[in-house]
This record gives sequence, structure tokens and C-alpha cells, in this order.
Amino acid sequence: MTDVVMSPNIVFVVTIAALFTVGTYLVLERSLTRILLGIVLLGNGTNLLILVAGGAAGAPPLIGVQSDRPMSDPLPQALILTAIVITLGLTAFLLAMAYRSWQLHRHDEVQDDVEDRRIVRLAAIDERAFEDDDTESGGETLDEEAATTRDEMDEGLAFEDVHAEPAPDHPGRAARPSTTTTDGEEGR
Amino acid sequence: MTDWSWLVPLPVVLPLSGAGLTLALYRRPRVQRVVSLVTLTLVAVVAAALLVLADAGPVVVEIGDWAAPVGINLVADRLSALMLTVSSVVILCVLIYSLAQGREDGERFAPISIFHPTYLVLSAGVANAFLSGDLFNIYVGFEILLAASYVLITLSGTTERIRAGTIYVVVAILSSILFLVAIAGVYAATGTVNLAQLALRLPEIDPGVRLVLQSMLLLAFGIKAAVFPLSAWLPDSYPTAPAPVTAVFAGLLTKVGVYAIIRTQTLLFPGGQLDDVLMWVALATMLVGILGAVAQDDVKRLLSFTLVSHIGYMVFGVALGSQHGWTAAIYYVAHHITVQTALFLVVGLVERFGGTTSLDRLGGLAKMAPVLAILFFVPAMNLGGIPPFSGFLGKVGLLEAGVELGTPLAYALVVGSVVTSLLTLYALIKAWNKAFWQTPPEPLPAHRVPLLMVVPTAALVVVSLALTVFAGPLYGYTERAAQTLSDRTYVQAVLPDGQRGEGESQRAADEDVEAGTAPQDGGEG
Repeated sequence: MTDVVMSPNIVFVVTIAALFTVGTYLVLERSLTRILLGIVLLGNGTNLLILVAGGAAGAPPLIGVQSDRPMSDPLPQALILTAIVITLGLTAFLLAMAYRSWQLHRHDEVQDDVEDRRIVRLAAIDERAFEDDDTESGGETLDEEAATTRDEMDEGLAFEDVHAEPAPDHPGRAARPSTTTTDGEEGR
Repeated sequence: MTDWSWLVPLPVVLPLSGAGLTLALYRRPRVQRVVSLVTLTLVAVVAAALLVLADAGPVVVEIGDWAAPVGINLVADRLSALMLTVSSVVILCVLIYSLAQGREDGERFAPISIFHPTYLVLSAGVANAFLSGDLFNIYVGFEILLAASYVLITLSGTTERIRAGTIYVVVAILSSILFLVAIAGVYAATGTVNLAQLALRLPEIDPGVRLVLQSMLLLAFGIKAAVFPLSAWLPDSYPTAPAPVTAVFAGLLTKVGVYAIIRTQTLLFPGGQLDDVLMWVALATMLVGILGAVAQDDVKRLLSFTLVSHIGYMVFGVALGSQHGWTAAIYYVAHHITVQTALFLVVGLVERFGGTTSLDRLGGLAKMAPVLAILFFVPAMNLGGIPPFSGFLGKVGLLEAGVELGTPLAYALVVGSVVTSLLTLYALIKAWNKAFWQTPPEPLPAHRVPLLMVVPTAALVVVSLALTVFAGPLYGYTERAAQTLSDRTYVQAVLPDGQRGEGESQRAADEDVEAGTAPQDGGEG
């Protein structure tokens, strides 16, 4: 153990850095599908990190195998295997959620906390005497309000576009205008 | 003395097997109900037995007879056993409540065939996180319970639940990734993930690296425990789930995070480097959380904010870094699990009775449903810290420990926790006045509330009162638990000679030594 120099492979380090950078960027997106991709990248970066944490590669750590070289550490590999399985399961679940969100709203955007919006609006009412978009209050409950709240409005897409091209196989394309077809039954 | 250590894995094994069984029996909801009920009752009994056993010293089980640092082990010390017992009682009560609700509402409540297996998996995950003696196994426990919670929070996939669930799931996954990165760091620095061995090795590594590892673990656990400023996900996501699910989440999930914070702070990083930071965080959590609660007009959201706020008390106790602080923190966790769950269950009943949880629309419940009024009033006063309830006792313990420390920051927290306590009382009294005393703006529907849903709620309220009546013995127990944490009996129990536990690999190593072929024990690295 003493003469094994613990300096990780530079290729690994660069790959991990790249995965974490891209993953972090994607997680900050609005669309759940992109967030999901980000999570997958972050998960894989973490797996590589655990591998690097286990030290340099070596001979296979099998009972009965004799080798002059130092053996690999089997524990990180077991940890990574567990982590991969967990990430796989969660990826499947998130995909299902993104699809369900698409079914219901025709978008898979992760929305702002409605509470935050309400506070912003109350503050606006407090500060200003005139009416604008922020001061209007429908007297709805949070639940009712949440259904109509959207953050990313892509004005470039007209409403008829949605009907012309239902595209259920592109749930990743976020930023569609929310149509008033409340239930996603249409086009299913 | 009989060896009772075989009991330790049961709280994990039983619900997992039960989950498999209920999944296989998805066509027969009646049998599913029986299986869940029997399993969780058994778990509660086992947990109570462990509570008694662990008082004599930590009970250690080495899975597959592999000795400690090589194999995975489960440890039930006083802290774990107490957490386990309280949580299994709560889980059982909520199960009975949801059974009654499921019988009333049928598939409108939840797809029963999915609910039971998931609920059992959740219970197994919680038990695994409490019992695990291995950092990675804690991660696995977290993942088990979180995966189950993702399913429960999005049950039936309605618009509202998908919206709130998305945020919850993404935040939880990110905290898990952070936890995993921290584990990788810990392993790179020390070459082990066994808690007891970590306790021996972490003091030897570079202090700077240790501080980084500690902050990463605290960050990951802080998200799970909903500590300010990492708490924003909680008040929005919890209230949308079905009442029993919200109740069990509020009672248990954040407390698993708090448990992990207690464990890492006391066992792995006992020096108390980050205690000051934790104190500030605790203060902010208490105040911001309770100010959020005061502003709410929906009972469920109000309770979610008090949940966040009261996590601050537990972090305060942990951050005091003294035995008295830990004692009070552990007692407070036990108190808060029962009271918060009871309150959410009562609100579920109120919603059922009045058809809404909005304080503007509710009213006159004290006259129309006096039983509900009592069931709400008692835990509400308890949470607010009115003597002689357990909430008061826990807070007094924390205040005493804070004054004992005597630093300006500790005094600031003492003042902060008193203010928080008063504001909690204010928020809850406001809720009480509006929902129970004011004349309802329009007549409430006054639906029938099934007796079987009232009984488990009442049972939890009684349990929370029992925490008051038996506060003496219980406080003694938590005091001994804190004692165990500070004198590090844990390490002794897992690694008797400081090297390995007792198990197959120890015997193999002994044989190797005798045969003269000892492989150098370079510590798994």
C-alpha cells in the first residue's frame, strides 16, 4: 500500500469535471427532461468520482488469483454498481413524471413555487398604487393558481402549432404555450 | 444472556418481505391490508424490544457474518432504537388511518395495490437509515425511503401532485448526489465507509479535508432535514399529497435527516468545528420558518412551515455540542415526530369534515365537531410549548443547555427559540380561532368522519401525551443515549479491538496469521 502513488488519472479528472459542469448547467434548466439529462450526467460523474476514490487500477481482486501487481480495490466498484442501479430506477421514474406532465399540460416545465409568486404579488400590491400584471389577484386558492402558472412562455410558437403538430414523442421540447385544453386526453 | 441480536435486521427485513408479498397479492386488497398491518405491528414490537435491549449497550449485527469494516453491519444503540420505536409507532398509526380512508374512498384515495407495497418499502428505508452502521448503507436507506416517497407524493398523478412532486423529486435526487459525492470524498480520504472505523480514522486526516467532508455531509443532510436555506422545497410539496402521506412524511422524513446530522456530528466529527455555523442556521430556520407559518391561510401549509421552523430546535440542540444539548435534541425529535404527525392527521380529518383546509372558508368546527377540536387543540398547544406538555419540556431542556453553554450566540438562540415558540403559539391560535371559533362564511358540508380514522389520530395524540406523562423515564433514556454518543461506546461495540468486529473475516484473518500467510491488512485500500 505504501509504494502506490495516489495520484488519480488525469483523464478521469477531466471527464468528471466535464460531466459535473454540463450536469449542473442542465439541472438549472426549466424543462424536466433536460433536468433529467443533467441528473444522469451528475450521477455518472459521481460514479467516476467514486472509482477514482478507490485508487489506481490494478490486478483483478479475485480469491485464488496471484499477482505481483497491487490489486484493485473492489469496494468502490460495488458502491458504483449500487449507485448505477439507483440512478437507473430514478431516471425511469423521472421520465414517467415528465411524460405525465406532458400528458396533463403539454409541457414538462418545472414551475416556480406558487407561494413565492403570491408573495411577490402581495409585495407589489403593497408598494404600488396602480394595477399591473403583478397586482392582479383573482382571489383564487394556491391550487387553482398553480394550474395556470407558467414561467417560460415561448411567444414564437402560436397556439395552432400545437394542434397542427401534437408531437407526443418530443416531450423534451419545453416552452410550449400552455393551451387551454386542460386535460391531455386530446392527442393521446 | 440470550443473544437477541437477530432482532436487529427485522425492522428492515420484515417490511421489505411484506412489500414483496403485497405486490404479489395486488389483486387481493383485503389480504394486502392484513399483510401490511401484521408486518408493521411486528416491526413496532421488535423496535420496542430493541429499545429495551439497546439500553444495556449497542446491539451489533454483522450481516452475513462478515466482520465489521469489511462487511456491512447494523447497529442499534439507544439513539437508533428510540428513533426506530417512535417512528414505527407513528407508521403503524398512519397505516390504520390510511386503511380507514382507503375503505371509505376506495381508489379515489389512492391506488391501494400500489400504496401498500410502497408504504412498506418506505418503512424499511426509514429503519435501514436508523440502524445502519455504514455510511454507504445510510445512503441506500435514504434512497429506499426516498424512492418510496416519490411514488407516494405523486400518487394518482394528478396535476397538482405532479407539479409539486417534480420539485420534491428533483431536490431529493440532487441531495442524494451530493451525499454520494461526499461518500466518495470520505472513502478517498480514509479508505473506509464504516461509521465506527471512520470515527477512528477521521481524526487522523488533514483538518482542512475533514472540514470539507463534514460540510458536504451536512449540506446533503441539511437538504433532507429541510434546514434553512435548504428548506424551500418542503412547504410547497408536502401539503399536496394525501393526508396520511403528508403526515408520515412530516413526521419521519425530515427526522431521518436530523438523525443523520446527529450521527455525523457526534460520531464522525466530534470536535464541533461547524457548531457556530449550525447555530446560525438553526436560528434562521426557526425564525424564517415560523414567519412563513404566520403568513399562511391554509392549515396544511401553515403546519408545513411550523415543521421547518421546529427542525431548527433540533439543529440547535445538536449544535450546542454538549451532552445536555444532545439529550434535549433527541427528546425533541421524539416529541416532534408524534406531535407533527398527529396534527397533520387531524387536519386530514378537518379537510374531510369541512371539505377545505383554507382558514378563510373553515369555521365553527368547535361546535360542529368537538372531538376534532380537542384532537387539534391538544397537539397544537403541545407544539406551541405550553406547559406541561412534552413540547414545553423539550424546549426547557434546550434552553437550559443553551444557557449552560453561555456564549453570546447561545443566548441569541435561547431568545430566538422563545420568540419562535411564541410565534408558533400565535400561528396555531390564529388557526384555531379561524377554523374552530369563527362563524363559517358559508355553511360547511359537514361530511361524516369515519370512526376508524379518528381512532388512530386519537391514539397518536395519546402517545404524545404519554411522552409528557412518562417524560421522566424518557428523558433519562435520551440522557443515556446522549451519554452513549459522547463516550463513543458505539466504536467499542462495533470494533472491540479497534481493528475488526467479530465475524467470518476476522476468523479467516486469524487463521492466516496462524498459517503465516497473513496478507498485509492495508485497510481495504
